[in-house]
Amino acid sequence: MSSSSQPSGHGTVKSYVTGLVLSLVLTVIPFGAVMLGSFSLPVNVGIIVVTAVLQVLVQLVMFMHLDFKTEDGWNMLSFVFTVLILGLVVGGSLWIMQHLHLNMMIG
Amino acid sequence: MATESLHHDAHAEEHEHHDAGPTKVFGFWVYLMSDLVIFGTLFATYAVLMKGTAGGPTGADIFELPLILFGTFALLISSFTFGMGVLAMNANRVGQVKMWLGITFVLGLMFLGMEIYEFHHLIHEGFGPDRSAFLSAFFTLVGTHGLHVTFGMIWILVMLVQLSTKGLNDKTRPRILCLSLFWHFLDIVWICVFSFVYLMGVLV
Repeated sequence: MSSSSQPSGHGTVKSYVTGLVLSLVLTVIPFGAVMLGSFSLPVNVGIIVVTAVLQVLVQLVMFMHLDFKTEDGWNMLSFVFTVLILGLVVGGSLWIMQHLHLNMMIG
Repeated sequence: MATESLHHDAHAEEHEHHDAGPTKVFGFWVYLMSDLVIFGTLFATYAVLMKGTAGGPTGADIFELPLILFGTFALLISSFTFGMGVLAMNANRVGQVKMWLGITFVLGLMFLGMEIYEFHHLIHEGFGPDRSAFLSAFFTLVGTHGLHVTFGMIWILVMLVQLSTKGLNDKTRPRILCLSLFWHFLDIVWICVFSFVYLMGVLV
């Protein structure tokens, strides 16, 4: 069985340790920023969003081994499609509900 | 002749297994993607209802970040220990796979303990899911994740039993791989939960 056709079948101790260290650092940074409370709101939000995105990427790449090769890229394609749906569902809901709030003059 | 056909059959079977494993794991991946959409809808619901506190507490009033940080560490480390289990599986070391799965289970239990404590504490204070739209959405989102973790832990126990009775073979290997994807997936959802629910909730 070639390693390219087996998701999660590869990875080394080194890559997992790197993933762990990165994820712990990317957790401590936003928690530290919020708990110390020494930054302004936009800076804090920026730190949370950036570290969260990086953290998700670390999990996807280092632990779940998402790449363009496994299953001839179908893993990646289905993931990208799901992200699109998530964008529509989450972004669309917020957009619509915010307008609804404004038009009904509540909140 | 007989030996030849036997050999041929064994080869055909082996070939089938070669194809079945990755296909099974890919099928499970597609399930995870649909599960991701479920969590997406719950996140959207939470984001819409976040401000609807109905005079009750806001996120900043009730979230205890040190507790959440503890649970987060437990879950992140458990993602790593499961990865080590998969490496041990690739090296055909059943004993080590069981050990890593056991450690993962204990870390999962610590996370779940944190969450049950938090939920119990909130409900005891009168801030249950019936208090406000914000708390309904909060309990639904975080509770759904907690349920997933619970089922993941049941699955770990099942795999520990199967590893003891069946060992590592073409049937149990894809199951461990699927479970590893499930466990890492729960980590990803939790990253979004602690970032956008707890940390943002304390700020806004």
